[in-house]
Amino acid sequence: MNLEFTEEEKAFRAEVREFIENNYPENIGTRGVQDDLSPEDMLAWHKILGKKGWSTPAWPKEYGGTDWTPTQRYIWSEENARKNTVMPLPFGVAMVAPVIYTFGNEEQKAQHLPGIRSGEVWWCQGYSEPGAGSDLASLKTTAVRDGDDYIINGQKTWTTLAQHADWGFFLCRTDQDAPKPQMGISFILVDMKTPGIEVRPIKLIDGGYEVNEVWLTDVRVPATNLIGEENKGWTYAKFLLAHERSGIAGVARSKRGVEQLKEIAASELLDGKPLIEDMGFAQKISQLEIDLSALEITELRTLAGEQAGKGPGPESSLLKVKGTEIQQRLTELTLEAVGHYGAPDFRSFPDDGSNDFPIGPDYAHHAAPTYFNMRKTSIYGGSNEIQRNIITKMILGL
Amino acid sequence: MDFDFTDEQNMVRDGISRLIREQYDFDTRRKVVASESGWRPELWAQLAELGMLAAPFSEEDGGFGGATEAMIIMEEFGKGLAVEPFIPSVVCAGGALKHGGNDAQREEYIGGIISGEMIFAFAYAEPRGRYDLANLETTAKADGGDYVLNGHKAVVIGAPWATHLVVTARTSGGQTDKDGVSVFIVDKAAQGVSTRDYATVDGRRASEVYFENVKVSGDALIGDAGNGLPLIEKVVDEATAAVCAEAVGAMKVTNATTLDYSRQRKQFGTPIGSFQVLQHRMADMLMEYEQSVSMCYLATIKLDEDDATRKKNVSAAKVRIGQAGRFIGQSAIQTHGGMGMTDELAVGSYFKRLSIIEGEFGSVDHHMRRHIALTAG
Repeated sequence: MNLEFTEEEKAFRAEVREFIENNYPENIGTRGVQDDLSPEDMLAWHKILGKKGWSTPAWPKEYGGTDWTPTQRYIWSEENARKNTVMPLPFGVAMVAPVIYTFGNEEQKAQHLPGIRSGEVWWCQGYSEPGAGSDLASLKTTAVRDGDDYIINGQKTWTTLAQHADWGFFLCRTDQDAPKPQMGISFILVDMKTPGIEVRPIKLIDGGYEVNEVWLTDVRVPATNLIGEENKGWTYAKFLLAHERSGIAGVARSKRGVEQLKEIAASELLDGKPLIEDMGFAQKISQLEIDLSALEITELRTLAGEQAGKGPGPESSLLKVKGTEIQQRLTELTLEAVGHYGAPDFRSFPDDGSNDFPIGPDYAHHAAPTYFNMRKTSIYGGSNEIQRNIITKMILGL
Repeated sequence: MDFDFTDEQNMVRDGISRLIREQYDFDTRRKVVASESGWRPELWAQLAELGMLAAPFSEEDGGFGGATEAMIIMEEFGKGLAVEPFIPSVVCAGGALKHGGNDAQREEYIGGIISGEMIFAFAYAEPRGRYDLANLETTAKADGGDYVLNGHKAVVIGAPWATHLVVTARTSGGQTDKDGVSVFIVDKAAQGVSTRDYATVDGRRASEVYFENVKVSGDALIGDAGNGLPLIEKVVDEATAAVCAEAVGAMKVTNATTLDYSRQRKQFGTPIGSFQVLQHRMADMLMEYEQSVSMCYLATIKLDEDDATRKKNVSAAKVRIGQAGRFIGQSAIQTHGGMGMTDELAVGSYFKRLSIIEGEFGSVDHHMRRHIALTAG
């Protein structure tokens, strides 16, 4: 039992650290504090990594993976968190791609994987519907076969960043009469420029437009866009969800978040002394740090299991629940720490292109929106209640 | 990075696990705890014979392992709620000797611990000292080449079974000074040592130990006079990691027992395990357990690093495991309903042991404060 990196792993760490230092574009997200990240900013690092061959480390080598060990991938995410890089979005790289290379045919692999790797093609996920959230299998969007095409009709929602997407992967009902709702669903790739698709952004409680409604009216899609077999989509969707949950713990990012929280708590004053010296607040930080240590070791134990050949299993539910609880707690404490300057709405100031926030400390103005936004983490990717159902069924065997 | 155990460590686990399984079922434990002596000296002899009492010592001290072996053994102790004094004798006294003892002391006393002929208790706590290891009213006054001990040690676990004691006493300085703490080996039969023995609520035995002009020779001093605090801190950290492992073992069985009960117990015409509110509680119990395993590993792995790293990680583990133990213990009783309140089921004994572990070698609050002191700023 040991937590040391080997000499090779240390050399690897030095290599990626140097690469990030030398290649990460410094101007990302710094064109004025009022700006949300632009689509170009969101893809910039992805494209650089694509050229380097590092945008898809977890993929099998034959499709462009790096063949890194789980430990190397862990080091990779740690080093990126150190620099707070904007990592490739998960929808292509981590979600649809594993489905394509596992269940897709050769044409589909050749058509889609290169664009996902390079960051040229933006993907979105058409899963949830207004009436199908946690009960995803009750989805109603239909795909009806018509010659060589499917005709898709229905409405998807919570579709993250669909306003920028080139392609989407959609779960559609292809058999209304299946004995179980899970058995009549298919997994279909859709070009978002196809006529009949309307994307309507949804304003969220943090003031941003991160998710959308996607309306599909007589959307004609070639039947060759079906992944795997018709009516087997649920199997692929579940496979995808397990992939989505691994890495969802976000340990490296949260570790950096704790350091930032400590810096804030060292600057803010309480009774003339740094907030971090207040026993009450210090205790909250320590608790967070301790919980994060536990999560980190649990993730490493899971990685060690993967390294020994075990795939991501139901323990990823634990990582999801604990990881998101910690991410949320971090944003709660940050809002708490900034005090009065948590209140001003940074979007209400005129955008003069400057990076200096006109009032209050720079670390304060995103505290509230970030806290609001992070409430999503215990809801998405299978809510934390659903994760407990999974643990109950898969681990406890009830 | 790996979380694998060596073949030798796996053999230790197999050996101890078989012993506990075959010879320490709950009914046996109940009888042992209720017996006059309150423990099983013959099991101790078996542990010595199997080499288990040598497990945490280095080869030069006659052993074959270290902290990981102690962790494995205590995890299995926790599964069976074994009451024998592995932590006081092997981890605490053994630890003080291996880190601070001179060659003669190591040969004599570690040899005695490993063979099982000597059984040590660790007399460090005092009625008014709480978890401050330096807060000592017990004194040791130099008298020529000898020392004379006076004082009162509180809740010395395993002392009724002990032949010897490792005792902390102040040789100089004020009551809470960091300097002036010394560590002594005391024969329990020495003149002036008296004990009041009693049972603890979690099935063990302990004593109040009184020293009245107890004369020990200079050879009884472990390490340098007045310099004992860093040694004792290290020993208590190792003991804390060991008791964390015991908690992990106890939590594992508590969870399994609760899950099993939820399958059998029927209400409203169906097993109570089919109710989502109980399922989610048991999912939480599982997550608490897994996080505790992680922290137990972390604390054990970091024991041999520098003082600050060791203290930070041991405290983090004790905080997390203290909290998890309380949650799991209380949830187990709640899920068992009225049956959880009876003395008949094992779950109550696991709950009680977990409840007392929470305060052993420092409470959640104590370790939280230590963690803050080491990490804030």
